[in-house]
Amino acid sequence: MAELQLREAIRAALVEEMDRDEDIFLMGEEVAEYNGAYKVSEGMCDRYGDRRVIDTPISECGFAGLGLGAAMDGLRPVIEFMTWNFAFVAFDQIINNAAKIRYMSGGQFSFPIVFRGPNGAAGQLAATHNTSVESIYSCFPGLKVISISNPDDAKGLLKSAIRDNDPVVFLESEFMYGMRGEVSDADDYIIPIGKARIAREGDAVTIIGHNKSYWRAMEAAEMLTSDGYEAEVIDPRTIRPFDWDTVITSVKKTNRCVIVDESNPFASLSSEIAFQIQSRSFDDLDAPVQRVTSKDTPAPYAKNLVEYYLPSAEDVYRACREVMYLD
Amino acid sequence: MPIAIEMPKMTDTMEEGVLVEWSVEEGDSIAAGDVIAQVETDKATMDVEAYDDGVLLKKVANAGDALPIGGLIAIIGDAGEDITDFIEDFKSNGTMSPAPSESSSEVSVKSSPDQTPTLPEDEPSSHGRTKASPLARRMATEFGLKLNHLTGSGPSGRIIKRDIEAEIERTPQIGHAPLPVPTSADRGHERVRISQMRKTIARRLAESKFTSPHFYLNVDVDVVALDMQRRGVNQYLEKTNGLKVSFNDFITKACASALVMHPDVNVTYASQEGEIHKYNYVDVGIAVAIDDGLVTPVIRDAHLKSVVMISQEVQSLASRARDKQLDVSEMEGSTFTTSNLGMFGIESFTAIINPPNACILAIGAIRDTPVVEDGKIVPGKRMKLTLSCDHRAVDGAVGARFMSTLKDLLENPASLLL
Repeated sequence: MAELQLREAIRAALVEEMDRDEDIFLMGEEVAEYNGAYKVSEGMCDRYGDRRVIDTPISECGFAGLGLGAAMDGLRPVIEFMTWNFAFVAFDQIINNAAKIRYMSGGQFSFPIVFRGPNGAAGQLAATHNTSVESIYSCFPGLKVISISNPDDAKGLLKSAIRDNDPVVFLESEFMYGMRGEVSDADDYIIPIGKARIAREGDAVTIIGHNKSYWRAMEAAEMLTSDGYEAEVIDPRTIRPFDWDTVITSVKKTNRCVIVDESNPFASLSSEIAFQIQSRSFDDLDAPVQRVTSKDTPAPYAKNLVEYYLPSAEDVYRACREVMYLD
Repeated sequence: MPIAIEMPKMTDTMEEGVLVEWSVEEGDSIAAGDVIAQVETDKATMDVEAYDDGVLLKKVANAGDALPIGGLIAIIGDAGEDITDFIEDFKSNGTMSPAPSESSSEVSVKSSPDQTPTLPEDEPSSHGRTKASPLARRMATEFGLKLNHLTGSGPSGRIIKRDIEAEIERTPQIGHAPLPVPTSADRGHERVRISQMRKTIARRLAESKFTSPHFYLNVDVDVVALDMQRRGVNQYLEKTNGLKVSFNDFITKACASALVMHPDVNVTYASQEGEIHKYNYVDVGIAVAIDDGLVTPVIRDAHLKSVVMISQEVQSLASRARDKQLDVSEMEGSTFTTSNLGMFGIESFTAIINPPNACILAIGAIRDTPVVEDGKIVPGKRMKLTLSCDHRAVDGAVGARFMSTLKDLLENPASLLL
């Protein structure tokens, strides 16, 4: 096992795949000459040259569309958004073209493309630079959505995403790029899309969290341990297709569930998970499904308000105690 | 002027009612239409509503009291009014006895879906509905616990998993624990109050069995064709609308068709009027076992309905019967009744006629059995039907002809789809 930063694990996946397949190229703002805004692509331009690691103008709609055209023509692009907040100007390319043209062309065209970049809140960046997009993208059939919480999953799942023949939305985190973690040394390390990970086992409550929320879930589980309760923490890893079996099996064991999701709450990923749980395991529930999300407002700028706005471990802990009827 | 509130006649067969629970207190102001109490009759628990405005001066009956129809429940009037003379008058006029006149009835009734006569202090939730998590409900069913006997520790008294677990812990005989072996010291018997429903069953069936001379007719029906027909119909229904019909639905339809052809069986022996009533319609009562007894919801005009229509109606009636949600009117006025114990493996049995019917059909299990065909023993499928007839109205040959037609119809089931 090697200990890598999250950015190094992502780079390792890109390099292994680009070495393996010449049709793969990386494109985005500052990915080449500047070695990446977050240094994910450090050294890659030197290694592959500017035909395979390509700097673009500040025009997300343009280079997302360029990537889709290349994918239709048989290449396998990886498109980096400096953050997913900027991808809103490429929404038409991703939603109307990437997600739908395979369906509309009766399977004549497919898009082996990955859109990747940091997602969600990253401190005092204010309303327009703090959006969590997993709920938005996962509601469109035709897109796969992955959201990673650690270097090992980042490497194994990005390799799967690049090899997938359909468009994949790959969500990283600005806050976590420097996070270190063990990464498997296995030759050609692949984690299949659509499999959740049970991060810790327990029977008191099921906590579901992905990306940064996964860490809030783990911290809350630690707090519950000091109260004498073992929580089961599940990192879904893939948002769509979602691994319902793992979640439902766990809820049938614990009889209660707390969902942690940095998205805004209304019509969101947590709404869908709660719906599926009550629908698939109604008779096993001892308490209403609870969720901890960002507040239902645009993200604030002030530091104290940012802390209030985002899900905290304390919030998750309190929600768990509520569904366990402890308070 | 004080006004008496008397035990109302809430169903055709009711003779007395048990006051289950008061909804108002002495001194409360009540308006016409207010529910003042709940009364358990032979068929359901119902709300008693006041017809007049006034103040509740006195509760004459207590919770748990059984009163005959016309018995004094309560008195309403103006606040502070003296009612001593009124009670004396009421007693001496003898109106405490059954059969009140129309004008003395000061209440109206409304059927309510309430089930068990629990006293108010036993009710853990504020609106009579027991709150419990879905898991707690499932566990209560599995362990045979009554939720309204438990106290919930969740928010607003919600019964949750740990309340059920505590109850199981407290009463070790629940669930999978072995029953304690009784010693001579704790031998005894439990005394269970006879419910109004059981009193009604006892009275009506004793009256039927001891008054109407029963005789019984047996046939063994070949159901190979019916079985195939049912499978075919169900395959089609499953594909088209997800429905499923039972053997019993076909039998109900066959009874209705046969009764149209044999109107002498579709009768009532009305001894008091000195008449036999022959019906030009077929309303089939179907005996449904429920928790503490049985009821017979009625399929109206079964002769005019298809097997699928009958099936849907039976399912709806039976499930509402089990939830005690049936209205009294849905259980009255049958012209013929069927009772099926086949699902328990009962091969054949004799049923007691359900008054005022003249006949009841007892349906046994469908069984695989060797039969002789053309001198050879081959596998067959048979079902025994037993008709109980009131000999005062139906003679042997009349009943036998009906049974012969019924057997014919069931053995040629395509006729039932016509």
